[in-house]
Amino acid sequence: MKTLGPRGSSLWIAAIIHRLSGLALAIFLPVHFFVLSLAFHGGARLDGFLRWADQPLVKFTEVGLVFLLTVHLLGGLRVLVIENFDWHDGQKRLAMLVAAVSAVTAFIFLMRVF
Amino acid sequence: MNVRLYVWQRATAALMAPLVLVHIAVILYATRAGLSAADILSRTHNSIAWATFYGIFVAAASIHASIGVRNILVEWSPFSERGAGRFAAVLGIALALLGFHAVFALVVA
Amino acid sequence: MSSAAPAQLSVSLWRGSDDGCYETYSVPRRASQTVLDVVTYVQRHIDATLSYRFACRVGMCGSCAMTVNGRPRWTCRTHVAKVAANGRLKIGPLENLPRIKDLATDMQPFFEKWRQAEGVFAPSLTRAEPMARIKPDSRARMAADAAIECINCGVCYAACDTVRWNANYLGPAALNRAWTLVNDERDAGNAARLTAVAASGGCHSCHSHQSCQEHCPLALNPTESIAGLKRRTVAAYLNGELKA
Repeated sequence: MKTLGPRGSSLWIAAIIHRLSGLALAIFLPVHFFVLSLAFHGGARLDGFLRWADQPLVKFTEVGLVFLLTVHLLGGLRVLVIENFDWHDGQKRLAMLVAAVSAVTAFIFLMRVF
Repeated sequence: MNVRLYVWQRATAALMAPLVLVHIAVILYATRAGLSAADILSRTHNSIAWATFYGIFVAAASIHASIGVRNILVEWSPFSERGAGRFAAVLGIALALLGFHAVFALVVA
Repeated sequence: MSSAAPAQLSVSLWRGSDDGCYETYSVPRRASQTVLDVVTYVQRHIDATLSYRFACRVGMCGSCAMTVNGRPRWTCRTHVAKVAANGRLKIGPLENLPRIKDLATDMQPFFEKWRQAEGVFAPSLTRAEPMARIKPDSRARMAADAAIECINCGVCYAACDTVRWNANYLGPAALNRAWTLVNDERDAGNAARLTAVAASGGCHSCHSHQSCQEHCPLALNPTESIAGLKRRTVAAYLNGELKA
């Protein structure tokens, strides 16, 4: 049996979330760009897509994407601060704050699209 | 990751931080009453400001994402550093092309 | 030792090399017992073929680190009372290093990377010259002092998942040592050192998991040292001082 060991600490989880959110956004980007390209020639095709996208499953996916984008932004800023400024303790609390603010942002988005 | 890739990745990250903040604000603003192509195009069409904003955003995101994916492949896949680098280069170019195509569609076409 | 504690410990020890397995031994519980005491008891009273490594028994030499109930620790400074939930101990060799036999790992890759990171003092003066005068409260000296107590036990190296995922990564201990030398005014090896830690597998591979800091028995902060190296190498790179 292999125990978790150093894995499972909140900062390790923060790094994994940062990596996986970045990966998910990188996978999402081509889809995002493709959809926006439907705006060619007046946007009739884009409107067609937007009508299709107006359903709960797509909206929940979008809420997830807003969370991923926010958590990657704020988590990345935390890393930039560690790397570029004098050391500050309390990184665990900062990582929790990052997750909380991201969740709130995604929730605000959820409230707006439903 | 060596220092050259690190500088590019962190520089694009720092550049994108304010861009992402604006992007999130626009997301929240634009969805106030549902999305429509007319609504989106009314903001972006013929706008040099938005063209510049999204053009820089696409370039930075393509560089940032491809280096990030390279690092993940080096650590989590059987790819060699060289293989991961090649894959990342192709990914970065593809993302940039798709992204600029989308910006062109929103601003010019 | 409280009266409620069990009289016997159930101790699982890794036996063999990579293809080995855990074997369980019963060891009497004693007052103020350390994990190293437990391992030594097994070797002296149950199975003399058990291999493990220790020297000073007081947290100075850095040779007795093992994986204790899932965490890398100095066994000599870890009391059984602190880690043995329900009287159970599971002790294995350090992670991220080749296993030789039982609880002994091959530390060679660890020290090899120490050398690769130029973690060796390069003198700028000869003994014929007067001693350098270093201000103890200068910023550079304080940065070096904060990181200098490392006794290369390998606990941080075993705790680091970036080491696990990237075989080329120099690891927290070697980079931490490089950082002390980068800040040593008497040292003349920084051109080679900064180039070494700026290469692939150097300081820029670190993801700031902070596992090294969390597990360091001396409460050092290699993540902070590595962040310092990142800044210093970026400055050197942008000034064209690196070959990277």
